[in-house]
Amino acid sequence: MHPFDKILIGIAFSPNIVENIHEAVRLANMFNAELVCVHVGEKTVKKESKLDEIFKQAPDLNRKRTLLFHTGSPVDVILETCKVQKIDLLILGALKKENIYDYYVGSIARILTRKAPCSVLLLIKHSIERVACKHIVVNGLKDPKTKETIHTSFYISQALDCRKITIVEEVTQQEIHVIATDDISLRKINIEKKRISNREEIRVKDILTHILEEEKENITIKTQSIFGKRGYSIGHYASVVRADLLIMNAPNKATIWDRLFPHDMEYILSELPTDVLIVK
Amino acid sequence: MIKKESTFKSSIATIPKNIFAGFVVSLIALPLGLGLAIASEAPPISGIISAVVGGVLVAILGGSNVTITGPGNGLVVVLLGAITTLAGGDLYQGYLFTLAAIVFSGLLMLLLGFLRMGSLSDFFPSSAIQGMLAAIGIGILAKQFHVMLGYINIKGSTIELLYEIPFTIYHFIVDTNANFIAGIEGVLSLMIMIFYSKIRNRYFQLIPAPMWIVVLAIGLAYHYEYILQEVYPVDKSLLINIPNNVIENLAFPDFSSMFNIKFINVVIAITLISSIESLLSIKAVDKLDPLRRRSNINKDLKALGIASTVSGLLGGLNVVTVIARSSVGANNGATNRSANLFHAIFLLLFVLLFKEQLCKIPLPALSAILVYTGYKLADPFNIVKVFQIGGEQLLIFIVTLLATIFFNLIIGILSGILVTFIIHVVLNQNFTLFTLNLFKPNVLMYKEDDEKNNYYVSVVNFCTFLNYSKLKEKLDQIPENEDVILDFSRCSFVDHTVMENVNDYINTFTSKGGNFEVIGLDMHGSHTGHPFALRRVSETKRLVSKNLTKRQKLIKNIAESFQWNFRAVKKKSFLFLNSFGYFKSKKIIKIKNVLSNNKTTVFDVIYTEGEFIAKQVIRSTMMHIKVNKEIPWFILDRDGLFEYIYHLAGYEDIRIKNHNDFSKRFYLSGNDTQAIGDLFDDELVLFFESNPHYHIEASDKGLLIVHKERLASVKEMKAMIDFGIRLQNIINK
Repeated sequence: MHPFDKILIGIAFSPNIVENIHEAVRLANMFNAELVCVHVGEKTVKKESKLDEIFKQAPDLNRKRTLLFHTGSPVDVILETCKVQKIDLLILGALKKENIYDYYVGSIARILTRKAPCSVLLLIKHSIERVACKHIVVNGLKDPKTKETIHTSFYISQALDCRKITIVEEVTQQEIHVIATDDISLRKINIEKKRISNREEIRVKDILTHILEEEKENITIKTQSIFGKRGYSIGHYASVVRADLLIMNAPNKATIWDRLFPHDMEYILSELPTDVLIVK
Repeated sequence: MIKKESTFKSSIATIPKNIFAGFVVSLIALPLGLGLAIASEAPPISGIISAVVGGVLVAILGGSNVTITGPGNGLVVVLLGAITTLAGGDLYQGYLFTLAAIVFSGLLMLLLGFLRMGSLSDFFPSSAIQGMLAAIGIGILAKQFHVMLGYINIKGSTIELLYEIPFTIYHFIVDTNANFIAGIEGVLSLMIMIFYSKIRNRYFQLIPAPMWIVVLAIGLAYHYEYILQEVYPVDKSLLINIPNNVIENLAFPDFSSMFNIKFINVVIAITLISSIESLLSIKAVDKLDPLRRRSNINKDLKALGIASTVSGLLGGLNVVTVIARSSVGANNGATNRSANLFHAIFLLLFVLLFKEQLCKIPLPALSAILVYTGYKLADPFNIVKVFQIGGEQLLIFIVTLLATIFFNLIIGILSGILVTFIIHVVLNQNFTLFTLNLFKPNVLMYKEDDEKNNYYVSVVNFCTFLNYSKLKEKLDQIPENEDVILDFSRCSFVDHTVMENVNDYINTFTSKGGNFEVIGLDMHGSHTGHPFALRRVSETKRLVSKNLTKRQKLIKNIAESFQWNFRAVKKKSFLFLNSFGYFKSKKIIKIKNVLSNNKTTVFDVIYTEGEFIAKQVIRSTMMHIKVNKEIPWFILDRDGLFEYIYHLAGYEDIRIKNHNDFSKRFYLSGNDTQAIGDLFDDELVLFFESNPHYHIEASDKGLLIVHKERLASVKEMKAMIDFGIRLQNIINK
């Protein structure tokens, strides 16, 4: 497990800038991390003074703050900074669809999500006042990365003082080789589902035994098996149970087909159910 | 979990019952088979071949239980068109070409079965299907009315035929020609069809109406022959013609025009109509099944495809699942597919043994059966029913009906789909809602992880005929004896097709011992009070109407039976709620569905949490009870259900003496430890330990009981009321 020691936030002078900075400072303090701010554009006195102003209003940082100015394409600058500064967590703000209560990830953020060498936090709930994080939903997919992801979610829970984690095991419909057509197949399906749920539960329990007791202290752990489209169900579930943070594995390499036929992560990026952290 | 049952023993025991059911069905299938074939301008025997082949093959290969197969009503119009046009007016050659089309459509249906397209019929809006069926009914009626009065040579389009009806009646009354007796028989037969159900005589009802017609018609012929010793005054052309040797005179399909565009159109139309008719019938017949089994529709589709192919090769019409004959079978005690097999065997026996007698049936008598069938399909009362659901449904119905009559079935159903979609877009004033979300998954289903283990199904965006199959796929995986909660609160538009199908699920679950409830529609408005009316969230408040949802009606029923008050919309705000810590960081938007007596109130509350972009709208069901003494402030919660309590200042977890288990299982917090310790005596602790868990808060305004952070189903609401009242009694003691 990789602690978040250095956090990067990209700064654009958008209407959300104040909330973004407040949130970033708060998170940096919670993880006791350094904060690196990068702005893609010319360095001017005006910009600097405005940023200073905002940082003054925000809570004090426990550790160092670095302010960088770089020109170039936003994607390249941020990716480069991640590498050079050895960043552990990149924070990105999500956009809100006009007139609809949905959030989606803009094209730049999408590329960054895919290419960033570090974990990425997509925020929709940035605000000046702190909104407490009460419930974290984390994926429990059968994947080599899952162990690390679940471990990270406990680290984050402790840091954010969150008391509840739900581990969601998504099982694709294809894994049940029967299709409900009549009573006999229906019965088979339900036996099969029960079996798969139990199997998944055991797998997750096994991961949990490898996590230290003190990391699990004061946290209610729940597991939930869902049969449905992978990546989609967990997002829908997170919004139904009103989770405050959804933690996911990093996606496997995406190709052009993944854009054309969305699956897994794409469902979540196109309609963010809540704040999303992608662990790398 | 559904129990596994041994079927072999029970099916042997039910054979006598099924033989009887098969016999009764064959009594109807005989006149209908002959009549449908004649109406299609095919040789009468082709209808019987279809029923016999279908009965045998589908009984062996099919996946449904009490369905009966044979020639279908819906196909008459298509087959008639094919037979009369494919060979440029040469009926026999047209029939041979049509047989080839039937063979191909059978193969296509087989393919549909393998592709698991049994859900095909779910993609058609129900009002459009209704319109199409009505058009088919009018088509049959328009053609057969003339035949019923003895005029077999009137031809033309449906409109022309309808226009001719008054003239035919006039001619029939004025010139009493040789056809007069046949015409009279036709009219009398129609009377039998109409008044049959009105005569409640046990012996009369033993024989189905169509068979009465056959028996009386044959009886009349013998009456002329033996008693009056006269020539039967019905022209030869008006009598059924069955070849002397059925086997030797089988017709075989002619494949020579198979690359013709017209031919391909016919194949598509036959496949479409026979699939839709079969699928709809299977769905309807499943509701009649006394054992409430679920049919394997894909398997059935394959069986129907094979049966159609074989039937076509032997000179028979298409094989489809037919609703009227199936329901007669089910009513007469059919319990499995063997009834279908026996119906086929009896039919074969009838034709082989009574061929001579059958040839004495005049066509007008059979046409009367079809006129009645056509009328039933196009029953004007259906229009009233559709209109009650909503004006927009009537528009869909009428557009489909007219397009089918003026053009053809394929154009009819396509325009029905198009109009439905346009209406949905116009009603929502939102095109992208549909286009952007059409192919996205939109249904989540999981088993709730609490003591009740409900299945929770949530739908987002929209739910209409376009994506109903996604919802259906999930719902079909739930055993019907479980509890299901279907939540539409994240869904801004639900159409009539979905509402109707959901209602079917409610009925199926209820009859199998489960419970299926729909929540989250109370915010949606509808234009009419019909339970199947489409519902949408409206920006303009105009729609949020007095038309109660099913849930609201059920709540109202509770109110009436307990003599409580029910109010769907609460005008006055519930200010006392703000005294509870729960609402400290929340803003109440609306209180709905208030159920109250003077001491207790149950209500749905809609509130928001967070501000600006972090704002979330939450709907929940709560109960407020008044108590008659001072109680200390406290919050009682099961572990981790509502985590916010950790953030409330000055509250700490209180342990109750001698109840370690209780303290371990519940978080109890408050600031007056002493008073809380006094309040939580043994009885109260035992009550909480042995009852379902709710989040409970006490303040000087009484107790607040909170269900989950979603609306409660009516069943859950009742449980909550019971809990609240008992809690009230204990505390008031």
